[in-house]
Amino acid sequence: MSETTTTPDTVRVPAPAAIEAPADRTRRLRVGSLMLVFALIGLLLAIFTNGGKATFQLVSGDLQNNLFGVPAQATALILGILGVIAAGAYVLRRVPQSYSGYLATLLGICFIGSFLCWAAAGKTFPLANQFQGTLNFATPLILGALAGVLCERAGVINIAIEGQFLVGAFTAAVVSSTTGSSAAALIAAALTGVLMAALLAVFSIKYLVNQVVLGVVLVVFASGITGYLFDQFLQEDAANMNTPDVLSAVKIPLLGDIPFFGPILFNQTILVYLTYIAVAVVTFVLFETRWGLRVRSVGEHPKAADTVGIRVKRVRYSAVLWAGVLAGLGGAFFTVGYAGSFSKDMTAGNGFIALAALIMGRWNPIGAMVAALFFGFATQLQSQLQIIQTPIPGELLLMAPYLATIIAVAGLVGRVRAPKADGEPYVTE
Amino acid sequence: MARMHLELSGLTKSFGSLVANDHIDLVIEPGQIHCLLGENGAGKSTLMNMLYGLLQPDAGEILIDGEKVAIHSPSDAIAQGIGMVHQHFMLVPVFTVAENIMLGREYTRAVGVLDRKKADALVTELSERYGFEVDPEALVEDIPVGVQQRVEIIKALANNARVLILDEPTAVLTPAEIDELIAVMRQLKENGTSIVFITHKLKEVKAIADTITVIRRGKVVGSAEPSATEEELAELMVGRAVDLVVDKDPATPGDTVLRVEGLTVIDERGFTAVDGVDLEVRAGEILAVAGVQGNGQTELAEALLGLTPIAAGRISLDGNDLTGRTTRDRLDAGIGYIPEDRAHDGFVGSFSVAENLVLDMARRAPFGKGLSLRTDEIEKNAQERVEEFDIRTQSTDLAVSSLSGGNQQKVVLARELSRPLKLLVASQPTRGVDVGSIEFLHTRMVKERDNGTAVLIVSTELDEIAALADRVAVMYRGKVVGVVPADTPRDELGLMMAGASKSEAEVVATENPTTLGTI
Ligand SMILES: Nc1ncnc2c1ncn2[C@@H]1O[C@H](COP(=O)(O)OP(=O)(O)OP(=O)(O)O)[C@@H](O)[C@H]1O
Ligand SMILES: [Mg+2]
Repeated sequence: MSETTTTPDTVRVPAPAAIEAPADRTRRLRVGSLMLVFALIGLLLAIFTNGGKATFQLVSGDLQNNLFGVPAQATALILGILGVIAAGAYVLRRVPQSYSGYLATLLGICFIGSFLCWAAAGKTFPLANQFQGTLNFATPLILGALAGVLCERAGVINIAIEGQFLVGAFTAAVVSSTTGSSAAALIAAALTGVLMAALLAVFSIKYLVNQVVLGVVLVVFASGITGYLFDQFLQEDAANMNTPDVLSAVKIPLLGDIPFFGPILFNQTILVYLTYIAVAVVTFVLFETRWGLRVRSVGEHPKAADTVGIRVKRVRYSAVLWAGVLAGLGGAFFTVGYAGSFSKDMTAGNGFIALAALIMGRWNPIGAMVAALFFGFATQLQSQLQIIQTPIPGELLLMAPYLATIIAVAGLVGRVRAPKADGEPYVTE
Repeated sequence: MARMHLELSGLTKSFGSLVANDHIDLVIEPGQIHCLLGENGAGKSTLMNMLYGLLQPDAGEILIDGEKVAIHSPSDAIAQGIGMVHQHFMLVPVFTVAENIMLGREYTRAVGVLDRKKADALVTELSERYGFEVDPEALVEDIPVGVQQRVEIIKALANNARVLILDEPTAVLTPAEIDELIAVMRQLKENGTSIVFITHKLKEVKAIADTITVIRRGKVVGSAEPSATEEELAELMVGRAVDLVVDKDPATPGDTVLRVEGLTVIDERGFTAVDGVDLEVRAGEILAVAGVQGNGQTELAEALLGLTPIAAGRISLDGNDLTGRTTRDRLDAGIGYIPEDRAHDGFVGSFSVAENLVLDMARRAPFGKGLSLRTDEIEKNAQERVEEFDIRTQSTDLAVSSLSGGNQQKVVLARELSRPLKLLVASQPTRGVDVGSIEFLHTRMVKERDNGTAVLIVSTELDEIAALADRVAVMYRGKVVGVVPADTPRDELGLMMAGASKSEAEVVATENPTTLGTI
């Protein structure tokens, strides 16, 4: 009939630059006002910054050398103004849409910078500790969030990460204490993570139990059983059962010698290195392999996957079980990676924070890692501020990352889209 | 390629007390195009889903080249060389075209790493061979439905199917795309592929079928020759004589009801979808908006309802400004809306038929009272609507998602046509609906017009436009290129749909008469 084909691209012309799609405009104004608020807080902090010098400690524990001082107020002011310029440029559409991410990042850095100048004015801020601590807090969060990414990309909601952490932490402590082998401890933790995952998988995939309720039940179960075993055995015989070896740091040659970042990033335990590797591997597997394609398809449109001959349930099982490995290792970090002993409910809600990181990272492994690092940074900052004593109570600051999560999840910052079939069991007739 | 002789023998499938397929026998000869005709809910999709392994038959067997085969899942069907294009798209929207096509049969290098180059090459090769234009790297959610349909077909072809099932593939296609598809089907047939083709468009059946089988209420009721007239086919399907063209008196338009001035809509990607459109619809007339899919009609309809924000312009109903008002305000002001994509925007699949029939009226008497719903009234209403619109469902308590494709459509139509309206906006109102129901719906919309409602119909079907319209507005690239009388020749409309102005179209159409509208 008519000669035209129907792709809108050939039919539609880009709107003149002066006209903005209404949805974009709303988003720009919403995100923009949020950015402005942050920029202005940054500026306000700068104004209230004491004169004098803010000193940053660049090597952990070294109070004499390797210090880096800046004039506190001047630096804070410069950063504050830069932040306002970044936010303003976004709101007033002074840069192309595609650069807006950089503006937001710039603002974030400026904000944290002014904040640190304000907090450290006239004092010494242990910057190396700050980064070291960030990594410590973030490692289990990253592993947990990766586990969540795998499950939810396959369409199974995993609220039980917290429970997997707990059993992983417990098992690692006991196995390390009794066998003295760190490798055995990590393997055992991964296996118990898989065991929990198997419960999640069977009940959600086979018996179609509501996945949120199921996840919560599994957390309670994990807390109960580890608590019971702790009381029964670990407390009785703490010397033999609850004295795991903490993994020792392994310095990577060359990389570990880079000034400042070297010791922080490349003088770490094997578990931290495994975490880096896991981020890369999960990203690659999910987006570049056959298995990953299938996992994503059953999480988005299981029926479509079924019609091309994919066994939906089988793929979901495998994703949930592999996620169990990651979550179990994340749990092991609490005992053999950090604390050196197990205590009741020691994971303290980190499994749920990992879930928040997953959402804030938009179901993407790299995004989840960045979000986890951000959460870790804020948590560590809070404890540092208590040490150097600032006027803002640390607890208040501890809220900040979760506030940010809520803002992100509420869709204020761009479109957040969960896998389409996330949490929906697949039933065939 | 090996040819396949396929025989379905005594296939039976029940859903609860409903027998959707009752001992169906069907033979699909190698290299033939076998059309399945039947009303909405007759059981066509059910039968094909059994053949493809998505449903398991209660009784009966499937024979390939004389041997009984067990098909427990789609992978069994694929292994036997059966391919299917489903009535509802089976594409993953966030995947690229190439990813969708290789899904389930991925090309990999070592250790399961996807070989995207190879997949892209396959897409390019298949689309060149069949004259499709598809970008392998495009995300499926970003491409228009017509192109998505091509992707579905390429997907089925990629498996080297010996039998290809096409379940209403043309419902969402434009006439040009249908021509393309028919050419592809001929090409496949020449290579020995057998095709089972399901459609409600009798013209297509006549153009391409080798064999026609008619199913009614789960049973095979007969077969027909492609030489049969459309009227004969329609009668065989529905079981009574059907008027393919509605009777209607000339319109007696009253005052202007809908006035649109300078309406501009920018789509999500920043493209101009509707570009300064002015329109008027008067009481008691049907204005049809014609155009090739994707020229802004959908956005125009959505903007009228307030479902898409507008960048500029004014919309008024009976002289009251509606610009910037909420969708609920507009519904309350007396606009009825039949969305184009009813499966997404028209109903809540997991709600019952009865609930869906009062979806936009549940707040008001008689269905809502204070905080509660009057379930007896809702039930009564449901019974009446199901009766009136001939919605085939076992019970009004059943979830709409379990109805057949066409009956789902009818639920939406029944709801929107059952309350007092000033303006009815209907996008593709009869897409996917059988001929008997088209007759009823067309009559119904003309009656709505005669009651003094202003009716705006968006349609890509020239048949439908010819049957219903009093005036035709042709849209091209977001602009109305002209408003012409309903009796404008098809050639002229076709040229205008390709962007010619009214006067240009007149000249060209008289100088080069074409075969437009033969199919
Ligand atoms: N999963 C199901 N549960 C209950 N009833 C069903 C289910 N699937 C189909 N049906 C019923 O079976 C009957 C046949 O449906 P089917 O989808 O095969 O019709 P169809 O011929 O394809 O119609 P259409 O032309 O509207 O697509 C319908 O009455 C439908 O309501
Ligand atoms: Mg059907």
